[in-house]
Amino acid sequence: MADTLAAALAIAVTVATYVAARRLYARHRHPLLNPLLVAITALIALLYAAGIDYAEYDRGGRLISFWLGPAVVALGVPLHAQLHEIVRRGRAMLVSILAGSVVGIVSGTAMALLLGASRQVVLTVAPRSVTTPIAMGIARELGGIPPLAAALVISTGVLGAVAGPAVLRLAQVRSRTAWGLAMGAAAHGIGTARAVEEGEAEGATSGLAIGLMGLVTALLAPPVMALLLRVLSVR
Amino acid sequence: MTFDRTKVLALARGTLVLLAFLFAGNAVSALLRLPIPGSVVGMVMLAASLHFRVVRPEWVRPAADVLIAHMSLLFIPAGVGVMAYAGLLRREWLPLVAAGVVGMLAVLLVVGVLQQRMERRG
Repeated sequence: MADTLAAALAIAVTVATYVAARRLYARHRHPLLNPLLVAITALIALLYAAGIDYAEYDRGGRLISFWLGPAVVALGVPLHAQLHEIVRRGRAMLVSILAGSVVGIVSGTAMALLLGASRQVVLTVAPRSVTTPIAMGIARELGGIPPLAAALVISTGVLGAVAGPAVLRLAQVRSRTAWGLAMGAAAHGIGTARAVEEGEAEGATSGLAIGLMGLVTALLAPPVMALLLRVLSVR
Repeated sequence: MTFDRTKVLALARGTLVLLAFLFAGNAVSALLRLPIPGSVVGMVMLAASLHFRVVRPEWVRPAADVLIAHMSLLFIPAGVGVMAYAGLLRREWLPLVAAGVVGMLAVLLVVGVLQQRMERRG
């Protein structure tokens, strides 16, 4: 009974924080006031202040997380509506994602190696660009640290949702399908949650990018990392 | 929010259809040992079912629209979960943060710029 009440409270507080963060964003429209970023920060601060550990909060939290599954399935609706536009650009999308996947694996791991990261951390960084369950699976297979991979995927995803639109504007990416594809490839589901705010074309390509990026990276990460580690002779 | 009966029923139907596709996607992903999660497989299966008119858009739209509009909310618990790994992050925080930021920006720019360039040419 107490557990049920605690779970209900966690859900209520999370939803209330989300609603308040959205109102704040609607009023000021500053990218740093991204509702997801504000809500996460506020809740972490609240849990620390109240001395509640994450496992306790997550009893309610996971009942919210559960709906991510159906929400990703729901992206099938914009995907269907945009199918014609996507098929027309299908080959270009495959090439972009292939390039993005290799660049994602190599740039992240190279940076980590340069800064003297341990082998385990380097292998954890490799699958950063893909959605959490896939990243954890790849990290496990490579010999990295799965929960750390999840934390990295989520925090850089939030960064992508916050800074991505400004970066794409600077790079003069105006095509809506390219915009969505880039957000989904770089920031997976969290980037997609931001992309759906722009419109159907952005949302659909972003959702598609999660799947393509996950598939390509799962196939490429093991051989690319083996090659990279051998070339750089990392112990 | 008003609790219109037909709206509630439409939401319930949409939710059930989405859950059915999630279940089917999970089953396909597990049976074929695909490296992508069931939800993404379910997304593709739903798009295909809409395309071949096995599923009508109005069956899923009410629930799909709500879930997509509030996707950010659904990521909050996972984001708060990062605090559970604060210890791990602290140990080698600089290479982790730098690799994460550089990797994210590199993918964003490569995919966005390359895709736009190929669209213009093609």
